[in-house]
Amino acid sequence: MAGASVPDQIALLGDEQFVKGTSLWQDAWYRLRKNKLALFGLASFCFIALVCIVGPFFTGYTYEETELSLKASSPLDRIVLRTETRKTGEPKRSFIAFSNLGDEFLEKSRDERSTIEQKIRQGEKYEEGRFTYQLSARRHFFGTDALGRDLLTRVLVGGRISLAVGFAATIVSVVIGVLWGATAGFMGGKFDSFMMRIADILYALPFTIIVILLMVLFGRNFILLFVAIGAVEWLNMARIVRGQIISLKNQDFIEAAVSLGLSRTRILLRHLVPNVTGPIIIYATLTVPNVMLLEAVLSFLGLGVQPPLSSWGVLIDEGARAMETNPWLLWIPAAFFSLTLFSLNFVGDGLRDALDPKSSKD
Amino acid sequence: MIKIIVGRLLQLVPVLWILLTLTFFLSKVVPGGPFSAERQATPEVIAKLNEYYGLDKPLWQQYLSYLSRVVRFDFGPSYTYQTDSVNEVIARAFPVSLLIGCLAFCIALALGVTAGVIAAVNKNKLWDYLPMSLAMAGICVPTFVMGPILALTFGLGLKLAPVSGWYGLNYVPLHPMVMPALTLGLFYAAYIARLTRGGMLEVLNQDFIRTARAKGVPDHQIIFKHAMRGGLLPIVAFLGPTFAGLISGSFVVEKVFNVPGLGQEFIKSVFNRDYPLILGTVVFFGVLIVIFNLVSDVLQALMDPRTRK
Amino acid sequence: MKKLVLAVGLILIGGLIWYASSQTRTVAESRTIEEANRHKVLLLTEGSEPRTLDPQLAAGVPEHRIVVALTVGLVEDDPNDQSKEIPGLADRWEHNEDFSVWTFHIRENAKWSNGDPVTAEDFVFSYKRILTASLGAPYSDALFIIKGAEDYYHGKVKDFSQVGVKALDDHTLRIELAGPTPYFLSALLHDSWYPVNPKTILKFGAIDERDTKWTRPENYVGTGPFKIKAWRPNDVIELERNPLYWDAKTVKLNGINFYSIENEDTADRAFWAGQLHKTLTIPLNKVPYYRREHPDIIHLSPYEGVYFYRLNVERKPLDNPKVRLALNLAIDRESICRNILRADQKPATGFTPPGMEGYKPLDVMHYDPERARQLLAEAGYPNGKGFPRMKILFNTMESHRTIAEAIQQMWKEELNIDVGLENQEWKVYLESQNTFNYDISRSAWIGDFMDPVTFLTLWMTGNGNNNTHWSNPKYDELIRAAGQTGDPKARLDLLHRAEKLFLSEPPVVLVYWYVRDYLMDPSVKNWNPLVLDNHNYKFIDLESASRPR
Repeated sequence: MAGASVPDQIALLGDEQFVKGTSLWQDAWYRLRKNKLALFGLASFCFIALVCIVGPFFTGYTYEETELSLKASSPLDRIVLRTETRKTGEPKRSFIAFSNLGDEFLEKSRDERSTIEQKIRQGEKYEEGRFTYQLSARRHFFGTDALGRDLLTRVLVGGRISLAVGFAATIVSVVIGVLWGATAGFMGGKFDSFMMRIADILYALPFTIIVILLMVLFGRNFILLFVAIGAVEWLNMARIVRGQIISLKNQDFIEAAVSLGLSRTRILLRHLVPNVTGPIIIYATLTVPNVMLLEAVLSFLGLGVQPPLSSWGVLIDEGARAMETNPWLLWIPAAFFSLTLFSLNFVGDGLRDALDPKSSKD
Repeated sequence: MIKIIVGRLLQLVPVLWILLTLTFFLSKVVPGGPFSAERQATPEVIAKLNEYYGLDKPLWQQYLSYLSRVVRFDFGPSYTYQTDSVNEVIARAFPVSLLIGCLAFCIALALGVTAGVIAAVNKNKLWDYLPMSLAMAGICVPTFVMGPILALTFGLGLKLAPVSGWYGLNYVPLHPMVMPALTLGLFYAAYIARLTRGGMLEVLNQDFIRTARAKGVPDHQIIFKHAMRGGLLPIVAFLGPTFAGLISGSFVVEKVFNVPGLGQEFIKSVFNRDYPLILGTVVFFGVLIVIFNLVSDVLQALMDPRTRK
Repeated sequence: MKKLVLAVGLILIGGLIWYASSQTRTVAESRTIEEANRHKVLLLTEGSEPRTLDPQLAAGVPEHRIVVALTVGLVEDDPNDQSKEIPGLADRWEHNEDFSVWTFHIRENAKWSNGDPVTAEDFVFSYKRILTASLGAPYSDALFIIKGAEDYYHGKVKDFSQVGVKALDDHTLRIELAGPTPYFLSALLHDSWYPVNPKTILKFGAIDERDTKWTRPENYVGTGPFKIKAWRPNDVIELERNPLYWDAKTVKLNGINFYSIENEDTADRAFWAGQLHKTLTIPLNKVPYYRREHPDIIHLSPYEGVYFYRLNVERKPLDNPKVRLALNLAIDRESICRNILRADQKPATGFTPPGMEGYKPLDVMHYDPERARQLLAEAGYPNGKGFPRMKILFNTMESHRTIAEAIQQMWKEELNIDVGLENQEWKVYLESQNTFNYDISRSAWIGDFMDPVTFLTLWMTGNGNNNTHWSNPKYDELIRAAGQTGDPKARLDLLHRAEKLFLSEPPVVLVYWYVRDYLMDPSVKNWNPLVLDNHNYKFIDLESASRPR
């Protein structure tokens, strides 16, 4: 159609759709939006994050206030207020879980105990010596732990810690791992050997000792926790990236880029790395749970989060020990943990699919 | 190829030397020594013990005398086990971890690759979501939760496996290595499944696969002969250190099932500040890492003809 | 080429697996409770793997419990009363009026497990060994009550014959003590006083050489009711009956297996799987469940130990005794025992636990928040205002953390002060304590023998286990005076006054007195609750009763 002006040419195309050029990222976002599962994952993850950040202000309890007499009560168990009149001073108030009420009256017969429980359940007061028992309006949505602390608040506050550590450490490990592995893979030869041997040494170094040392030298710094964990996780990422880079670098499009005279950094960063984003994202979504669990292991060795602060990993470990007697102490933090991971993985899969230039127009 | 392998094995020497030196000085810098206890021994006793084990000499001197022993493969006495040397401790603890690790590796590989391939082939359908959800569940349940659950189910419940110990337990059908291996295997299977799926998806989208399909090559041939090689590439990189890590012992499962493996020995040695044993296990682990990284690099080269130039 | 690599790889892996299985082939007989009862083998666990079985180098409780089965001393533990002794290698003894010179008669039929007769010279050699400083024995100072022993240890005296231990003849041993020691027999129950076989020791090394192979199962020689059959490190130590034990005819069991299980949940599972007759402890959260559902299997008995927090009295404001008392009075120990521990532990109202004959435990510390607030105000911190932020240090363990969290809250509620929590890894924690690098530190102390002095000497000025900088010359004087008094009643009275003084300006925060809680199969007989948990294994029996599970 030589000779016609541009607007005419466009008009001549008629009803054909005006195809607008899009970048890789716009393409990806468009595809991501259509992936229902990934969107669901993103939404639920944001929801969890929001609840963890904001939620603790609204539960009505703090994560550290104990109520020893309550012990570990199950979710939504009724709670009885026990008032003890004392010779001097105010009467002492404490709370007991309704299901543990029987323990208060062990000397009585079974029938007597059920009558008392009946009475209290109906809202009446029951007096026994200096103690008065009455049903209270207090409730714990997820129950309480062994020290009578509200589990919901602890799980939410723990979530803040786990999410923060998980993300920070993963970001650190991804950045270092990708750069290291890509450089090693791309450069090849002696340089590659040298970099990977350093990685080997770091992998074999006793992590426990290093963390103990860091904690001793720098005190209980939270940032340190990220650094320590990130510094271990990047090693695997580097290996994987290096492997991928090695297999890619001999392909034609790279040879083309080289012959075009592009600088090595540019080839590395703008051509090779974007092509390995698939495995990077997948491994990153696997790193997050790994980091959270590693943080729990560190806490057991006395090297992690300081009590009474907690994290999901610590709560899960405590719950695992109480699994047979107080199962909700395990299942609730585990559910939060799992839900977060599932969401992250759906998002990760979605991202991987969205960014893969080859899976486009199918 | 042979040249490369030999070259890498020679690299073991400087790597181990640096590892040894770093660990030596790191462990001496951490506070606390091998002889402190809740009921504190008198300063004289501690001084005597330090003298006996040469810990009162200046640090560089200790380092040099230690190096001279290591060169002769003598890693010294263990402070924790008063009649055993470090070599003896590693020699008896390693076979336990080795057995558990190998079995766990096989379980992880078999389950993981199968699940990953099935998921990739059935992308975004039921047989993708099902294995991947199971895989996610596997990652979400850490070993210190899965271990006790398996112990309760198969040990106390079904009475199929022992819940503790390693020797003399032939009144249950399963060998004590099975439960720890299963715990570890399930966990790593989940990782391998996800990585395999990712790798397979990358490969299955490529042109040569499309060509093969168009040519009418049957599906199973496409998967096994053409796609797997490229699809498994990402996990081969991951497998080297994983295998080394598995056979040197996982502290958590060894503690939960109370098996006398190397993982427990190492953690205990750190907590007891048993310097010779710490160094011995670290060097041992270093050797394993270098060797198995070499193995996985060789495998990668063999599997991907593009890297052979 | 590829096939070659694959083949080599498979052969290597196959070889490795074959090698590993040959190392770990099950050799021992199977043991469940039923079979063990039939063979009369007791299945126990002492928690961690013992570091040594040399009686003179053994430092910890797990070691002691196993050593006691392999070697006995002059006297043995009474099965019913922990403060009494029964004759052991010595069948009779005399002492002078002020309990400072003791003569022991070693029985004629006392033999070592290799057939050698036990002589008084063996004891002289053994005491010389443990008092040889270069051996580095942890409990050498237990023998400093012997006249001249401390001087020999420090090298002031070179000739051991100057120390107050003499073999008058093959079967008569005379011990001269530095001062009146009415509780001497009780002290002899500790393994630092047990004999070792001179021939065996010298065969494998010098008298002061550590780490010799003499403690290996094939070399071990002892005087106890059992000897080592097999030792599989970190798994099990199997003991079998020693027919040469002087009282072999009383021994009911044919063997004891000590399983090394560190994780208490694993031990709990092993018990229910029929692999153990008795556990060492019970996971905290399972105690109320067992008390309710299995009262015939759970056992709770008082244990001679105290759980407390050390206070670094060099740090402000802990240097003020009023502050220290206030911290004590603001804690509701009853609540901690009832709600957290739940195994019948008793709130510690004094330092020395109950159980010592003739010594009434002090009843000084109680929950009195009003008075606590008053004391704090008097010290210059009314309602907690201006109180510096301190930290409670403890080593990583769930129970320590739980108790610390509870106490942290109690101090906040009652005194309005804020304390932080710090858990450190075990060795770092020990180092912090020993170098006075802490404010408040969790601690515990278990008695070595049945006399209050084992709980009180550690608070003397400069004692290596004091670790608080607390020093009161009057206290030291009272303890020393007690060491010079021959009259048992007057002596205990002095000790009582010393403890009262200690508690008036305590460098500690008392928490609770220990309890031994464990699960035990009903087929185990004669395992009486004893406050030091020192059981004489020769009286234990097993009945082939089936367990009601």
